[in-house]
Amino acid sequence: MDGPGTASLVSVCPLAALSAQDSGTIVSLQGGRGFVSRLAALGFIPGARLTVVQNYGHGPLIVLIRQTRVALGRNEANRILVQKEAQQ
Amino acid sequence: MSSCHGSAQATTVLPMAVGVTVALAGQPNVGKSTVFNMLTGLNQHVGNWPGKTVEQRTGICHHDGMDIAIVDLPGTYSLTANSQEELIAREFIITQRPQVVAAIVDAAILERSLYLVAELMALDVPLVIGLNMMDVARQHGLQIEPHVLQAALGVPVIPMTASSGQGVREFIQAIADVASGRIVCTPSKPDIRADHKAVLDELEREIHDSVPVPYPPHWIALKLLEGDPAITEMMQARLDAATWQAIQEILRRHEDAALAIAGGRYEWIGRMVRAAVVQPHGGEVTLTERLDRVATHPLWGMAVLSVILALIFGLTYALGEPIQKWLEQTVVGGAASLAATGLASAPRWLSGLIIDGVIGGAGTVLTFTPILVIFFAALAVLEDIGYMARAAYVMDRFMHPMGLHGKSFLPLFLGFGCNVPSVQGTRIIEEPRARLLTILLAPLVPCTARMAVVAFIAPLFFGQAATIVSWGLIMFSLVVLAVLGFILSKTILRGEPLAFIMELPLYHRPHLRNIALLVWQRSLAFVRRAGTIILVVSVLVWALSWLPNGHIETSFLAMAGRALAPLGAAMGLPWTVMVALLASFPAKENAIAILGVLLAPGEGGLGATLQGMLTPSAALAYLVVQVLFIPCMATVATIRQETNSLRWTMANVVMLLVISFVAGIGVYQLLQAIFAWA
Repeated sequence: MDGPGTASLVSVCPLAALSAQDSGTIVSLQGGRGFVSRLAALGFIPGARLTVVQNYGHGPLIVLIRQTRVALGRNEANRILVQKEAQQ
Repeated sequence: MSSCHGSAQATTVLPMAVGVTVALAGQPNVGKSTVFNMLTGLNQHVGNWPGKTVEQRTGICHHDGMDIAIVDLPGTYSLTANSQEELIAREFIITQRPQVVAAIVDAAILERSLYLVAELMALDVPLVIGLNMMDVARQHGLQIEPHVLQAALGVPVIPMTASSGQGVREFIQAIADVASGRIVCTPSKPDIRADHKAVLDELEREIHDSVPVPYPPHWIALKLLEGDPAITEMMQARLDAATWQAIQEILRRHEDAALAIAGGRYEWIGRMVRAAVVQPHGGEVTLTERLDRVATHPLWGMAVLSVILALIFGLTYALGEPIQKWLEQTVVGGAASLAATGLASAPRWLSGLIIDGVIGGAGTVLTFTPILVIFFAALAVLEDIGYMARAAYVMDRFMHPMGLHGKSFLPLFLGFGCNVPSVQGTRIIEEPRARLLTILLAPLVPCTARMAVVAFIAPLFFGQAATIVSWGLIMFSLVVLAVLGFILSKTILRGEPLAFIMELPLYHRPHLRNIALLVWQRSLAFVRRAGTIILVVSVLVWALSWLPNGHIETSFLAMAGRALAPLGAAMGLPWTVMVALLASFPAKENAIAILGVLLAPGEGGLGATLQGMLTPSAALAYLVVQVLFIPCMATVATIRQETNSLRWTMANVVMLLVISFVAGIGVYQLLQAIFAWA
């Protein structure tokens, strides 16, 4: 239900490497129990689709997941691995 | 007709005292406070959860002749013990057994806000769901069928728009119906994936006889599998070593279970909402998106934040300060002279106690209330419309070198008004270590009372340059704050880098009712404090300035000042100024008043006397110490309360004492050296 038919999946990379407007599907969360648990409650679980709203290459970034905007520190975004969708 | 507020009944009725207790649950930003305020109005009590520094709000709602006690649980995304709030929410539900748990969900972000409901379902409590923000969902083009969702979930689902009061009556009716048994729920619980079902059963068998009442064994098993730290600790203490070993073995084989369980809940949610919600095809640019292009931009976002902060400062100084001055001169001054006339024939100690201790100490602290009200109101508006999360976001990058993240900026900023709400405001920070660090740094934000002393002294010695000196002092304290933060986070408060994970809620129009209630409750708390602890310490300090023989020049306070004379000499300060420093503990601006008493100024007033007594370098050293000195007693008392540790409170006081004197001596000696060289 998460994979849109129009986009093809190309590569796995940290969420922080995605640019604004890029979408992807979460592959895994790299971190301790508390970190994973906090993210999971917000809907960050493997298979969930997200879109990067803002990423200036430094400082925190904003992603849209399950209709919610979530701010993530760069460290946190580096520990979320995603499969990037090719842009149309 | 039900009247849900406005009753004259006592506001501190405990939930146990009435028939029905309802726990109000919900994730942050779903409008839970709005619902709570709608249901209880002014009929609410604000305190702390027992033994915790988390705010507890309870209230009474009268409905159809029934008194319904409503306990507002802390807003949490889940019920896994990642924070005090989550622990409090689930402990209340499990151990206090409210008749109904009313869960507020946001219709515009239905999937995510149902996550908490998925967790509540596992606790076997009667549930009623308030499907809030229906107006926002409609604006976003979402079509939601509440009765379809109700049929799927098996519990009442009441559509509502709490901000305009729509559906609130139906909501409380449904709560009453479930409480009285008129509606019986048949909840459809989230199920566990087949491969974990077996493990869960195995775990439950192992622990079944050791689970304390009233915890449901299957829930304990689930939380063990999720790796919940509080439950793990509880069960480890209750099980014998062999059983615990066996359980550890099972858990090790299923380390990925936490994500699988969370995934299972989201799958269940997906099934629940599939038939009930029609998503728009979208692509439409929302208001939030447009505003955030500016508000969260690294450059424009900073500009917006600076303008907002400047406006708040402007408003505080333009509006609050004249009122404060007026209160201080007219009301406090008037009360003092009135008391002087009234107590003319009374013993001198009594008039001293009333005029200098009570009116001059606690009374003066109270005059700062208008400034705080303006600050509280401005911040409550920013919080309510959803801006505060953006401020934290743009400040995040600047907070990391101090071992903090964006969320710490908000309470620290409050400190410019007063350090007391600043220390209390640190409650929004989840990690205990980051919260403690923020508390320890908070007193280094120069508050209005400290700046009042600067505003009096600086023009006397620096004339035209007084404004630059004042700004320099503010900047200097912030630099000290940053350096101290850097050092502490690398030494005694070292730890893993903090995770900055924060929801950016949708912007919306301010709810005046919520804002007014918040400002009222916070202001009242400050006034209460002034009437109690601040009053006590004011009287104490006054007593030190009076005892043993009724003359401040020979009092215990003066003795302490004289003992500090060698330290003062290193900064070019006479003992009288050291006394003023000590006496500024009840309220910072007392420093001026005490100098007035000690120096008994002649013709030219206090200003001229001070000019004749101090060199400009000594005056600057004094201002540096005054700005960095130990915070006022109200702040120290709050630090004690919020850290729940006398040790950290004392450590903080000592830290600031050392920093302020080292900085003062450094500034004085440096200036002396420069002048000598020149």
